[in-house]
Amino acid sequence: MIACAVEQSSTGELFKAISETPLPVSLIEVTTAKEGESFPLQCRHCEEPYCIDACIAGAIRKDPETGLVLSDEEKCVGCWMCVMTCPFGVIRVSLLPDKKGKIAVKCDLCQDRKIPACVEACYTGALLFGEVEDLIRAVNKSKEDRDVLLNSR
Amino acid sequence: MDKTKERSIDKTTQDMLQRAKEMNIPTAWDRLESMLPQCGFGQLGICCRNCEMGPCKINPFSVKEQTGICGASADTIVARNFIRMIAGGAAAHSDHGRDIIHAFMLAAQGKTDAYGIKDEVKLKVLAREYKVKIDGRENNEIAAELADKFFLEFGRQYGEMNPPRRAPEKRVKLWRKLGIIPRGVDREIVETMHRTVMGVDNDYKNILMHGFRTALADGWGGSMIATDLSDVLFKSPEPITAKSNLGVLSRDEVNVVVHGHEPTLSDVVVDAVRSPEMIALAKKKGAKGINLVGMCCTSSEILMRHGIPVAGNFLQQELAILTGAVDLMMVDVQCIMPALSGVASAFHTKLVTTSPKNKAPGVTHVEFKAEKAYEIAKEIVKMAIENFPNRNGNGIHIPDKSEDLVAGFTAENIYNFLGGAYRATYRPLNDAIIQGRIRGLAGVVGCNNPKIKHNYGHIEMAKELIKNDVLVVVTGCSAIADSEAGLLQPEAAVKYAGKGLREICEAVGIPPILHVGSCVDNSRILIALTNVIREGGLGEDISDLPVAGAAPEWMSEKAVSIASYFIASGVLTVLGSPFQILGSKKVTNFLCNEAEDIVGGKFVFEGDPVKAAHIMIDHIDKKRKALKLKPMMYR
Repeated sequence: MIACAVEQSSTGELFKAISETPLPVSLIEVTTAKEGESFPLQCRHCEEPYCIDACIAGAIRKDPETGLVLSDEEKCVGCWMCVMTCPFGVIRVSLLPDKKGKIAVKCDLCQDRKIPACVEACYTGALLFGEVEDLIRAVNKSKEDRDVLLNSR
Repeated sequence: MDKTKERSIDKTTQDMLQRAKEMNIPTAWDRLESMLPQCGFGQLGICCRNCEMGPCKINPFSVKEQTGICGASADTIVARNFIRMIAGGAAAHSDHGRDIIHAFMLAAQGKTDAYGIKDEVKLKVLAREYKVKIDGRENNEIAAELADKFFLEFGRQYGEMNPPRRAPEKRVKLWRKLGIIPRGVDREIVETMHRTVMGVDNDYKNILMHGFRTALADGWGGSMIATDLSDVLFKSPEPITAKSNLGVLSRDEVNVVVHGHEPTLSDVVVDAVRSPEMIALAKKKGAKGINLVGMCCTSSEILMRHGIPVAGNFLQQELAILTGAVDLMMVDVQCIMPALSGVASAFHTKLVTTSPKNKAPGVTHVEFKAEKAYEIAKEIVKMAIENFPNRNGNGIHIPDKSEDLVAGFTAENIYNFLGGAYRATYRPLNDAIIQGRIRGLAGVVGCNNPKIKHNYGHIEMAKELIKNDVLVVVTGCSAIADSEAGLLQPEAAVKYAGKGLREICEAVGIPPILHVGSCVDNSRILIALTNVIREGGLGEDISDLPVAGAAPEWMSEKAVSIASYFIASGVLTVLGSPFQILGSKKVTNFLCNEAEDIVGGKFVFEGDPVKAAHIMIDHIDKKRKALKLKPMMYR
């Protein structure tokens, strides 16, 4: 969460980011399921995103190559339709640097980074980044590791 | 040599880091990398785990004001965490002081095989201050009574501690007015713990003011007592020459490294390695002799008093073992990396813990007892000698570089230096400042931190300061850093100092940077500043003086305490990386702005040592202007 906000800041440094105006917004949040298990929630980059349909300004689009759902902040008019339609509640409202208005902001999976800031900051390896097949393999492997660990206790 | 050059500016350190890499032995720098990115909540001080409703963390990017479950704001949480760090540091320095009083007491009672009163003059100065009768009494009698009085400084519940009253009168009055003159060392530390328990103090200003009080109980209390009684027990330092850096390790002698902080055992080890019995044993085992060297502050203690060479500072402790030439490393307390036992297990090096307060799993423990210190010291030295034949001849790599240095300056002996033996006085120093030969004084102290290029912060800052005619005093790992760069030699004045400072150094024969001891010896700086005020002509309070302090590579809680007692004594103090307080704008503003109007000092955070030096210089100039001093002579 902190790493994400720092990534959205204009300085990119924690100690400075906390004093910026407007305050950078984190696009990921850690939330708790009913069972009490915590999990990170950020844009799922849906196959058929409601936000795109809802966007009257045509600011949100799906990148045909990567499948990422991206928002063009220049085009956003601040109508908040995307915010209302998003089933995950992960589109945020951010003040523009010139304070003249607010726009909707969303996760772009840190396009200008090799690994998204949240993944890099995640200590426990709960967040992974990669192609779907690789991720499935990695998750299965980590399950096996966990079983081994549990059985060894 | 790619990464190793980024990690330290010291050539021997780079050399040893390369070896660590080749041998695949991780060091603090590698472990830092594995810790990245570090927790943002922790760095900002906004994680509270003082109770089991939590842990609570405040989102620094939340637009709405968040509080912990109990309702504690970011300001409360940050202030509480911060003064707990002060308490940690103050406890460490002061417990060190307590151990020295214990040894002092046993010496007075004649119950030790190693200690005695070595500085009668200082004993009597202290006795007079504490109104202990001197006339017609033996030293031991005086010392016994004095020991009780010093123990009382720790346990006093009401009233005022004595050593803080040594400060300039105006300062003492200010502390009284603010209600922060410490009562007793233990009292203030305990109260810090109480105030920061769930559901107590939540006025951040009230919390921070008690933080100052706790810090003052360290600087003007525990640390000062440690310094004073170490001088009485082990003699007051006199300027002395020695060598520094890993090159002081010997290829053909038994290398004993003492690492840690307290002089109680290390000082006696000096006697043990010099005993004919031990030397004979070493020769029998095929060594040419015994080479005792120091590491960190315990090194400064025996350097200042006996000229024992310095192997290195905090970040060089693992590297010393990596030479493969250390036959034994004896440690006591503080700044001893738990990683040492792992590094030592890759070599023949025997690691020995000695304090009941610091043991390590699987590590040999020879417990120090002041009653039979010499016996224990000999036992440890013997273990080193017996380990010498286990050295792996080919696996040894000792960097060949070491530097000469002069150390051993104190608030007292600066009198003789400046005034000469006939007229011991601070007058020449005050005059040099008043006339603009010396711009002012700066204390550069503190640790190493792998987040900052090793020694770079200390050395670059010190060079920039002396270039601008600021006389620099140094302690602890900062002093060791400067020594490794050859800055503690009188010749450094010619090479690096501004013209005015150079003239003074050449006239008096001192280096432009004065090594005044270990980290508890920062108390010497407080006394020196007080002496400057007493001498006259530079204001009435420490906060009037053209002085500044810095800890460019700080990492320990002890540095938090030191920096806090310096600002609470009226000294602007620059830190190389920010304290873990930035999560609260109010606390940050209080400590970095408002504090100056209240106690005369404040913190400044600046990572670039040259820029930091100029913040100090600008501050010194501001103070010079306020005192209406002459412009600098050569500018």
